[in-house]
Amino acid sequence: MTAVLFQQVSRHFGAVRAVDSVDLAIAEGEFFAMLGPSGSGKTTCLRLMAGFEQPTAGHIEIFGETAEGVPPYRRNVNTVFQDYALFPHLSILENVAYGLMVKGVAKAERLKAAEEALAMVKLPGYGTRRPGQLSGGQRQRVALARALVNRPRVLLLDEPLGALDLKLREQMQEELKALQKSLGITFVFVTHDQGEALSMADRIAVFNDGRIQQLGTPEEVYKRPATRFVADFVGSSNVLPPEFVETLGFGRHHASLRPEAIALGGGDGRTQFTGRVTAANFLGAANRLTVDANGARVAAMLPASIAVPAQGETVTLSFQPEDLHTMDGA
Amino acid sequence: MSIATDTSILARRGGLSGRLSDLFWRKPGILLLLMLTPPLLWLGIIYLGSLIALLLQSFFSIDDFSGLINFEFTLSTYRQLLIPSNFDIILRTVVMAVMVTLASAVIAFPIAYYAARYARGKWKVIFYLGVMLPLWSSYLVKIYAWKLILAKEGILTWFLAKLHLLWLLDAWLALPVVGGSSLSISYTGTFIVFIYVWMPFMILPIQAALERVPGNLIEASADLGGNPAQTFRFVLFPLALPGIIAGSIFTFSLTLGDYIIPQIIGSSRLFIGQAVYAQQGTAGNIPLAAAFSVVPIVIMGLYLWMAKRQGAFDAL
Amino acid sequence: MRSDRNTAAPLGLKIAAGAGLAFLHLPILLIFLYAFTTEEKSYQFPPPGLTLKWFAVTWNRPDVWEALGLSVRVATISTAIALVLGTLCAAAVSRTKFFGRETISLLVILPIALPGIITGIALRSAFSFAEIPFSFWTIVLGHATFCVVVIYNNAVARFRRVSGSLIEASMDLGADSFQTFRYIILPNIGTALLAGGMLAFALSFDEVIVTTFTAGQQSTLPIWMLEELVRPRQRPVTNVVAMVVVIVTFLPILGAYYLTRDGDQVAGGGK
Repeated sequence: MTAVLFQQVSRHFGAVRAVDSVDLAIAEGEFFAMLGPSGSGKTTCLRLMAGFEQPTAGHIEIFGETAEGVPPYRRNVNTVFQDYALFPHLSILENVAYGLMVKGVAKAERLKAAEEALAMVKLPGYGTRRPGQLSGGQRQRVALARALVNRPRVLLLDEPLGALDLKLREQMQEELKALQKSLGITFVFVTHDQGEALSMADRIAVFNDGRIQQLGTPEEVYKRPATRFVADFVGSSNVLPPEFVETLGFGRHHASLRPEAIALGGGDGRTQFTGRVTAANFLGAANRLTVDANGARVAAMLPASIAVPAQGETVTLSFQPEDLHTMDGA
Repeated sequence: MSIATDTSILARRGGLSGRLSDLFWRKPGILLLLMLTPPLLWLGIIYLGSLIALLLQSFFSIDDFSGLINFEFTLSTYRQLLIPSNFDIILRTVVMAVMVTLASAVIAFPIAYYAARYARGKWKVIFYLGVMLPLWSSYLVKIYAWKLILAKEGILTWFLAKLHLLWLLDAWLALPVVGGSSLSISYTGTFIVFIYVWMPFMILPIQAALERVPGNLIEASADLGGNPAQTFRFVLFPLALPGIIAGSIFTFSLTLGDYIIPQIIGSSRLFIGQAVYAQQGTAGNIPLAAAFSVVPIVIMGLYLWMAKRQGAFDAL
Repeated sequence: MRSDRNTAAPLGLKIAAGAGLAFLHLPILLIFLYAFTTEEKSYQFPPPGLTLKWFAVTWNRPDVWEALGLSVRVATISTAIALVLGTLCAAAVSRTKFFGRETISLLVILPIALPGIITGIALRSAFSFAEIPFSFWTIVLGHATFCVVVIYNNAVARFRRVSGSLIEASMDLGADSFQTFRYIILPNIGTALLAGGMLAFALSFDEVIVTTFTAGQQSTLPIWMLEELVRPRQRPVTNVVAMVVVIVTFLPILGAYYLTRDGDQVAGGGK
């Protein structure tokens, strides 16, 4: 079943097309990432799902039911906010029980459910504290418990790990993924961190300028970027100019080629080209070689075991033809 | 975790509140309109309406024989402002407002500077309340206190007598313009009370401006060889100026419009506020009263326009 | 000012600041002394003797009680009206960006920015034009008009700190507009409104300039005092009333200060 469906959805703010004719179908139980730079429309899409924004045009469905014109408080969808938005005047337990309270659940029952939700995010017994007394990571867990206690059918996460430091972020990535598996709730999360999207999501939508540039599994998006923008934003792929791709015999297109697909020297069935070494960097497990091939800048990742050519030397490089991926103009 | 629902969209809650709530979400403009209507009706119609009606009357004139208002557009009422006796009133008031503002700035500056730079913890609170309490305490009581102080048999005379300085007071009172038969019926008295009542409004804006000056700027100036006077002249004063201007808006405007202080403590010569009061009351000349009230509005308009160009509003 | 060293203030500055504060406070303290003087006919200093009898005399004066009662009623009703109008205005201005919000801020501040005499005379001539007789309600109308700004200023500052995402979070969790107002907005702006209300009360309780134009024959406490100032008849009673007024206005000011002093921590959960 489709959890969230966007049909030609647009959201304009005056002349700014924050979201422009987006089509999107998120499956039930999916861990779905919306990836893009700031201002690309991903957060507006999330806010359209939550009901904080109304579409200028188009149609939105949540589990087959029309969502336009339905206020946030009538959607069985909950959000974990980027700044957590914990209520400063309420205790942690009251924060978590808030959604149940406004729905009229009896006090004993809602407090019990809130305690359970706090235990689920590994914060048992923190209920009497105030939001100001918790660390950033703990507040993040409270925000998660406060949303999940309502048993939403879709959980929206707006840059949920953005404010955490690296170590905590990696730990929370694993926990979120495990939580999503055990609860079976559809997670939709917004991030500008491609590593986070690649490692956590089942599928990724890459946004730019209010439009979806590519929608696919992490592997598809990483290995076969559909546009130059995706190649640039998602990976460290080489984006090759049409003139150079033409000399390689692939027609006059932009193309992406991952640095690790390139090897020093030629070989059977491999496409070859020559270039002058402009830089060689030692990266520990590998060496990164940058060459100038007919004016195109190409990076290659070489195993550390191979001797690195000197700067200024002309070298032959090659790759398997299927590793080169041609893209549309944009 | 017992509240599981299978529907993704919940039904609207019954009753008026549910329907209204949905409406407010769907059309935020309606909520905005509902919120703004009562205050706009009150302030925009009742208050602004009365104000504009008053100002319009300044373009009418009063019939000298019948004493009734002649509802014809004329500038003759404004011309009356320029006859010497009326123009003197305006000049006197503006000069007083300028003097009060300058003196307030001089007295307020050390208090604001000390509170901003040196007061810490408990002392910060004491300074804050020490300014707020007199600022908010009763206007009439403050005037009354000065009536007690300036009275001939009051504390000031007693104090000067103890110091054998009564001759100084007498010499001051013998001066033209600022003197008089006693302090409580002289310009000097009016001036002191004006300062006392409006000066607190000067302190907080200056303090706010000074608190934004990093302490090391003063040290930098000293380090570069500036003596305290130069540091004040070239560093502190320019940085505090927006605060002084912001504070002066209060002292200047409040002095311009006041009619009670000069009535209770001062000579019989009128200030603008008194002239407005007299024209609308005993004289029954509403057009002239209205024309007189346009004067402080115009002066303040010019003043605010200049203050805005100096960036004074950021210090409010 | 971030000076880490505890540099001592220059002596001259200390004296100037101290003298300035003394200048502000000594006259008010003098009021307290005069309330006990035995002298009836003049403002003689030092008082020839001290007595408590004027408190009893004042206590038994019906005109003082009447004026006090009127002032309290006017201040209460005006504050209530100003609370509603000021809060609505602040909510509208801070929640949405719309054309003309600057104008609305200006409109709210105008009654206190313009000299009181102009507000007073404008209302008076409007009343006479509309043939509205002077009454309790004409006083309230004037007072509520200039009290709005105090509430507005307090509420706007607090609304700014209640981040928009708190309201969205509440709605996201299933609270409709009314529940969000009741459970989230009101608790967060409550102390600011209370503080604003206290200041508005103090402002109204003390107001005399606008009131002289809108009161007709009735006397609020400040009007009663003004009459005594212009034509002193009952100096000892005036002394006592002045002292009571000082105390009555200090309490709300102190209360408002304690309510807003640590307001910064109240809404720190947002950004």
